[in-house]
Amino acid sequence: MIYLQLFLTFFKIGAFSFGGGYAMIPLIQKEIIDIHHWLPIEQFLDIIAVSQMTPGPIAINAATFVGYKVAGIGGSLAATLGVTAPSFLIILIIAFLIMKFRHVSWLDAFFIGVRPAVIALIIQAAYSVAKNSFSGVRDIIIAVAVFCGLYLLKINPLLIIAMAALLGIALY
Amino acid sequence: MVIKMETIRKKLSPKELLLMFWAFFKIGAFTLGGGFAMIPLMKVEMVDKQKWIKEEEFLDIIAITQSAPGAVAINSSIYIGYELAGFLGSCIATLGTVLPSFLIILFIVLFYTDISSNTYVRKAFRGIYPAIVVLIMSAAVNLRKAAFKHTYGIIISACALIALLVFDIHPIIVIIVAGLTGFFIHEKGAQDDLGGNK
Repeated sequence: MIYLQLFLTFFKIGAFSFGGGYAMIPLIQKEIIDIHHWLPIEQFLDIIAVSQMTPGPIAINAATFVGYKVAGIGGSLAATLGVTAPSFLIILIIAFLIMKFRHVSWLDAFFIGVRPAVIALIIQAAYSVAKNSFSGVRDIIIAVAVFCGLYLLKINPLLIIAMAALLGIALY
Repeated sequence: MVIKMETIRKKLSPKELLLMFWAFFKIGAFTLGGGFAMIPLMKVEMVDKQKWIKEEEFLDIIAITQSAPGAVAINSSIYIGYELAGFLGSCIATLGTVLPSFLIILFIVLFYTDISSNTYVRKAFRGIYPAIVVLIMSAAVNLRKAAFKHTYGIIISACALIALLVFDIHPIIVIIVAGLTGFFIHEKGAQDDLGGNK
């Protein structure tokens, strides 16, 4: 039963990848290429490239794509459900517990300590994107234009992304 | 400063649920270049515009969803959805976030569109990546007031940044150590208060 196999494989991937979508790629590769031999490696690399260039979390994109290649639309549904299900179970339990114990003072104290660290996490995320995307004057022009659009003209971030895409096409 | 999380508003009207679905759908459709790119989008949509969650809660949610397995974007949708409208809310939020990806990928495989070698797509991404950097940084700046309630917050933040960037320490460890620091400072503060009263 290929659908069940896809669901379980992606369930495993979803349950054991800590640190977001990029952390999933090596796990997906191991399961799909090395263990199940569902796809040739070249096709897998293409899938990852496309997944990075389409909107949405890479994990979902890759699961939908691999699922389709292996077993059609049913396969992509099974794989996407599989990769989402562990998050669903775990986050629901955490959300339930946190809301229940929210009034506890030590949990408050814990989160007051965590919040400044989250700012550091966000800056790290910006840095890791910047590292691979800033290579010349044109990138700086785009960044300055985005900054002005965001703070001076107060443009919505969704519109900013669309405009930056057009700016990229115009400049490169 | 004690922040009380609002109780779950389980009874949202169908219209509100639809609005919620649409908010998450938009975020799913515009999250380009990895999960963290959705942070500025979620901040604007969920915190500033709809006022569904407070800035402090938003920071907590990032920490929690980053520490759990799975994609951060999906995890935070599940969490926020649950907070807004219980189990049904998390289903709707997740569906909203996942659906754009799912449909776009299906479109690509059905019509064999080779988008990754398309020159326009490549050029567009050269514009999108610097924009994402600015957007993510602006989210960090906009959340500073919620994050730095105490002066020691700056020190935690600086130490966390060094740990992440220089020593390449895993985010989960950084989150736990920062939380324990907050916990011990709070405990010490409580003891000092007791001492002062004697």
